[in-house]
Amino acid sequence: MLSVDVEKRLRARDGEFTVSARFATANGVTALFGPSGSGKSTLVNMIAGLVTPDRGRIAIADTVLFDSKVRINVPTHQRRIGYVFQEGRLFPHLSVASNIDYGRRMSGLPADPAETKRIVDLLDIAHLVDRRPGKLSGGERQRVAVGRALLMRPRLLLLDEPLAALDAARKREILPYLQRLRDEVPMVYVSHHAGELRRIATSVVRIDGGRVAAVGGKELLEELDADVV
Amino acid sequence: MLDLTPDEWTAIALSLRIALVATAVGLPFGVAVAWLLARKDFWGKTLFDGIIHLPLVLPPVVTGYLLLISFGRRGPIGAFLADYLGIVLSFRWTGAALACGIMGFPLLVRPIRLAIEAIDQKLEQAAATLGANRLRVFATVTLPLALPGLIAGCVLCFAKALGEFGATITFVSNIPGETQTISAAIYTFTQIPGGDAGAGRLVLVAIAISLVALVLSEWLARRAGMRFHGE
Repeated sequence: MLSVDVEKRLRARDGEFTVSARFATANGVTALFGPSGSGKSTLVNMIAGLVTPDRGRIAIADTVLFDSKVRINVPTHQRRIGYVFQEGRLFPHLSVASNIDYGRRMSGLPADPAETKRIVDLLDIAHLVDRRPGKLSGGERQRVAVGRALLMRPRLLLLDEPLAALDAARKREILPYLQRLRDEVPMVYVSHHAGELRRIATSVVRIDGGRVAAVGGKELLEELDADVV
Repeated sequence: MLDLTPDEWTAIALSLRIALVATAVGLPFGVAVAWLLARKDFWGKTLFDGIIHLPLVLPPVVTGYLLLISFGRRGPIGAFLADYLGIVLSFRWTGAALACGIMGFPLLVRPIRLAIEAIDQKLEQAAATLGANRLRVFATVTLPLALPGLIAGCVLCFAKALGEFGATITFVSNIPGETQTISAAIYTFTQIPGGDAGAGRLVLVAIAISLVALVLSEWLARRAGMRFHGE
């Protein structure tokens, strides 16, 4: 599905930090798992096109998104990759309905009320559509953010610590919704929280110090639970 | 209630027209300059910023004189505009609008720049991931979020343009019906014996217009702010 082979030097507070990672994902939910500051967010930002790698290649199936050798760098807005951010990043000046519709409009897709209704029902946000994002709870905000990303019909959905800003009860509230999405779209799910990933991931890429430390299944989460949580 | 003479009405209408045109024409440039200053680093930025703010600190007569020698009929820009485009600015109300626009420009740019600087650029990134190119990000996210700053800038520029005197009178003189604004008319009244009544009437009008503009902008800014925080 997604194949990533990139290198990027970053300036950190204590000198330089290099992210250098190579991995591929299958359909399903690939967890990018590792401690805070290990380079997970930089990796997903490179996949989304928000950060440009120094060199390497990123492709989804046969579609090349970035290749430093042949100077391909598809701009973010043409990548069709959904991105759910930790803080939701809903547009405060638009209603929930307009937020949800934003990606579809900007991607030039025709209106599809049936599909919109299906996603809205799937995420249980029908009662929120007339509100402003400022009036939503943290959990509601994240569900709207997921809906907004899904309705642009992404090839891939990136989720960067989507539950990190929520308390334990809210996390439990949202996880079932994310589990429902597993058949909708391939996902890359970034988290440093093994418990959350154990419920949703189908494969695991462990990141440490900017590098891929291990690739495998959920057993990687079991081993490392202790020193991460 | 105020018994205004036709000449006074003309001055009021002219002032409003000049201030509106100065603000409306200045706005797109103001937004562009504010965006450049807020978001881009380029060689000579400090100097550019300084030139934009110059009319604020320069004596208005100096600005007016500089306009006269560059945009006057024999000035390099003025001659070009007159010969090739048929546009004459000196001693015309359009010239007054230019002078007022330049005097108000720093006041227009500043609030817009601050508003753009206050926008969380992560929202613009989110818009890009949703398929919006840079122009559409600007139109659908940056500009609406900067709206309170746009309103504030327009009101300040409009108020400045309405009250501008020094640069305008230097550049386009004080011709009743063409370039005689409220300020210039009040000044004329103070120069003639028995002009106090006329000056007083126009002073009241100037106060009324300014108050209405302020109340209107406050109301608009509050509505724009409310849109971000629910309701």
